[in-house]
Amino acid sequence: MFENISHLGLQQYWWVLVSVLGALFVFLTFVQGGQTLLYSVGKTEGEKTIILNTLGRKWEFTFTTLVTFGGAFFASFPLFYSTSFGGAYWVWLAILAAFVIQAVAYEYRKKPANLLGSKTFEIFLVLNGLLGTILVGTAVGTFFNGAMFSLNDMNQVDWQTPFRGLEAVLTFHNVALGLAVFFLSRVLGALYFIFTVDHETIVTRAKKQLLYNTVPFLVFFLYFLIWLLLKEGFAVNPDTGEVFMEKYKYLHNVLQMPLNTAILLVGVVGVLWGIISTLFMKSEKGFWFAGTGTVLTVFALFLIAGLNNTSFYPSIYDLQSSLTIQNASSSKFTLTTMSYVSLLIPFVLAYIVYFWRIMNRKKISEEEMNKESHAY
Amino acid sequence: MIEIADVSLVDWSRAQFALTAMYHWIFVPLTLGITFIIAFMETLYVKTGKEEWKKITKFWMTLFGINFAIGVATGIILEFEFGTNWSNYSWFVGDIFGAPLAIEGILAFFMESTFIAIMFFGWNKVSKKTHLLATWLTAIGANLSALWILVANGWMQKPVGMIFNPETARNEMDNFWEVLFSQTAVDKWLHATSSGFVLASVFVIGISAWYLLKNREIMLAKKSILVAAVFGLISSVYLVMTGDNSTRTIANDQNMKFAALEGLYNGSEGAGLVAIGVFTESETDPQNENLKDFSMKLEIPNFLSYMAFLDWNAFVPGINDLINGNEKYGYMPATEKIERGKVAIQKLGEFKNAKKAGNDQLANALKTELTSAGFQEDYFKYFGYGYFDDPQDLVPNVPLTFYSFHVMVLLGFFFILLFVLSLLYIVKGTFDKKRWFMRLAIIAIPLAYIAGQAGWIVAEVGRQPWVVQDLMPTMAAVTRISAGSVQTTFWLFAVLFTVLLIAELKIMFRQIKIGPKH
Ligand code: HDD
Ligand code: HEM
Ligand code: HEM
Repeated sequence: MFENISHLGLQQYWWVLVSVLGALFVFLTFVQGGQTLLYSVGKTEGEKTIILNTLGRKWEFTFTTLVTFGGAFFASFPLFYSTSFGGAYWVWLAILAAFVIQAVAYEYRKKPANLLGSKTFEIFLVLNGLLGTILVGTAVGTFFNGAMFSLNDMNQVDWQTPFRGLEAVLTFHNVALGLAVFFLSRVLGALYFIFTVDHETIVTRAKKQLLYNTVPFLVFFLYFLIWLLLKEGFAVNPDTGEVFMEKYKYLHNVLQMPLNTAILLVGVVGVLWGIISTLFMKSEKGFWFAGTGTVLTVFALFLIAGLNNTSFYPSIYDLQSSLTIQNASSSKFTLTTMSYVSLLIPFVLAYIVYFWRIMNRKKISEEEMNKESHAY
Repeated sequence: MIEIADVSLVDWSRAQFALTAMYHWIFVPLTLGITFIIAFMETLYVKTGKEEWKKITKFWMTLFGINFAIGVATGIILEFEFGTNWSNYSWFVGDIFGAPLAIEGILAFFMESTFIAIMFFGWNKVSKKTHLLATWLTAIGANLSALWILVANGWMQKPVGMIFNPETARNEMDNFWEVLFSQTAVDKWLHATSSGFVLASVFVIGISAWYLLKNREIMLAKKSILVAAVFGLISSVYLVMTGDNSTRTIANDQNMKFAALEGLYNGSEGAGLVAIGVFTESETDPQNENLKDFSMKLEIPNFLSYMAFLDWNAFVPGINDLINGNEKYGYMPATEKIERGKVAIQKLGEFKNAKKAGNDQLANALKTELTSAGFQEDYFKYFGYGYFDDPQDLVPNVPLTFYSFHVMVLLGFFFILLFVLSLLYIVKGTFDKKRWFMRLAIIAIPLAYIAGQAGWIVAEVGRQPWVVQDLMPTMAAVTRISAGSVQTTFWLFAVLFTVLLIAELKIMFRQIKIGPKH
């Protein structure tokens, strides 16, 4: 069945899949956001324990989604994998280090004889929340603002600054996206507490944090979005593969892909509704609206970055080195094979959702923490 | 940042990868095996309804949780290091190599991380049966993740199922099943997972023996030993069998690695197996490294020929035969391979130039030639050799490979013995009376880790200088970045992992001391 789809069709299909994974990842950073709220929402040891346990049952999903996002990108667009990871070395290693310290922190924080003390492991979690979201957001910002690399004849990457990707923070538009992701993750984290925790003080504080973080989130997100629509973009000539600058490229993408734009709008409305219904209508289910909204919004942004003859990883050093879904992709055979594998994704999602619901049927409470034999 | 001039980028990148991989492999094998042991125990709990089995299950689960967290932490670095440090590799073979990694994420890691949460936190949330299912699926998920990564690694050892595409100057997959079911991949998976089963069984027996020595947790210890001894015995026999299979596969596909792991410099018919050997310090002829040999050895005549080719008299090529060539037995000299590789590289360059110059006619002619079966067989097969000038660069570190291999094999037999005795003593009820054996069981734990690490050294050091056997040398795979940057990250990771390892060990020891009551 996939054999009959053109190479370009498969490339688009895989860009969509990668976008889904990226979108799910951003949604799942509610774990990271929640971690950064540790001290503002949890004051006593008991409160912190509840917070870390409700997050701790989900951290693996975020982590695994990041891993799978990497793997899927590797298989479908290997030239991006080699160019971006090999090129923007410091950014990616900083992100990875931030996830290494997260992985151990939950399990080790409360264990006796843990060498570093529970405070250190809590700081690891906060650091992971900070760096993980801001750096990932900033790195994704380079999808729209370009990076400083060139590729030679053999497609080997040369990075043109000694900072190896860290220079992305000098472009405010990248940072705006990083900060938007950061505050969004906190918004989602607060909503997640409200949704899953049965503890009045925590819920009250989470609501306060929700309000405090919504404001900067909106500021940075709107700044990012508006500026995106107004700026020049990296367009590709579909016949020659040549990359050129086009005024209002992303605005054009928004106009030329109306379905995607609808997704984007529904997504934004979903996020807002999740927040508003929680703050003003006492709803506890805001997490689902904001979460779904996040997935849709990020998904749509990824499509704007890569589809409609756009370069998804542009080089501002050498425009013709820019990556597009066509020049960066795997062979048709690999994409076809992988497409069959992708048919399993719905089943994987289904069992995850099914068991997630079972595990979250009852809210987490102080009583449960005292009873549970395995608690973080 | 201190630049050390004599240590190159390639070496630092290799060191960094080896560091991460070896740390990862400290945690992975326990996961692979103990999840099954836990699943057996929980099955006994569900079958018999006895609370004591639940307590035993939960105790080993706690230890597993401590181990698991850090296994995951090191794994994520490894995956991305293919991009950060081996970017040229990632592009050259990403089509083939990326696929198993992606499948691993989609199929295995999600399975593991979903069901692990239920395993740890679901006791009071799902039914007994569902919980048991989750435990089994965690074990299966872990071993499936091993499958896919080993398929990827197996492909690097023996590239199959692909063709070279001159247009993109890279290898592209043309047969997924060949990649998946390659003999090397299957051998590796069976051997590496069963090594995890053995390690976990040794771990469980060792810790239980410690309790018995201390005269505490008697019930838990004895029951655990029984489960682990049975599982361990079956796995260890299987482990040696699969190891033997791997050896044969290598003899056929990676004869340089094979010569290195046997320390065989000069090949012969009816070659003997050096069971135990020590290399000479002094070289017989300083001009010629090839003459290095054993100062002491215990040799089993003809056995090597049999092991490699199932024929007591078969010719086994040594390192010298592979470097200098051996006409009689049809081994091409390395210089010839290098020349052929250079021809392949040059032809590819001509093709690229013709394309660039817009000379379609010439380009098409060259393309036909490049993709013809004859050219593939006579020249392209040696593509990677074209990067070399000195044949000596084609020889891996022989002593390291040899010693590692022999340590692993000796330990393999030792573990069989350990499990046989464990089973015997536990059934006879004398286990807790034999202090020497309980001590031995504790000492065996680090030995199991050493055997596993040694195995990877054989596999990875033995295949040098190749990342992809015969096609891509390690030096061509590396990311172009300053050696100083890699050196910095190497030390950062070395410190980070070491600190985390120490924390892990302290927590683990403490939990063992606390015991199951908690
Ligand atoms: C407890 C650990 C352990 C033990 C006792 C053994 N092995 Fe092993 N061996 C491994 C753990 C291991 C491993 C860590 O799992 C490796 C590394 C790469 C791989 O696929 O498995 C491995 C690799 C490995 C290789 C290299 C594979 C390659 O280069 O691709 C060979 C030839 C053998 N083994 C052979 C044996 C034999 C003949 C054994 C015993 C008689 C044996 N191993 C015992
Ligand atoms: C977790 C178990 C593993 C361990 C302990 C391990 C160990 C090592 C060691 C010691 C080296 C350094 C060899 C040298 O430079 O001389 C190395 C290199 C390397 N290994 Fe592994 N390895 C493991 C698994 C894998 C797997 C599964 C893959 C591929 C899927 C892989 C790919 C590589 C690569 C790309 C290099 C760097 C290039 C090279 O030096 O060959 N390794 N590994
Ligand atoms: C060098 C290549 C390797 C890479 C890139 C790699 C990658 C990873 C990653 C990213 C994770 C974390 C997954 C998560 O989010 O849950 C992981 C964990 C794991 N990997 Fe590896 N891995 C490598 C080698 C191996 C080998 C050789 C095996 C087994 C034979 C293995 C088995 C596992 C298992 C069982 C886990 C679960 C966590 C644990 O260690 O307890 N990996 N690996």
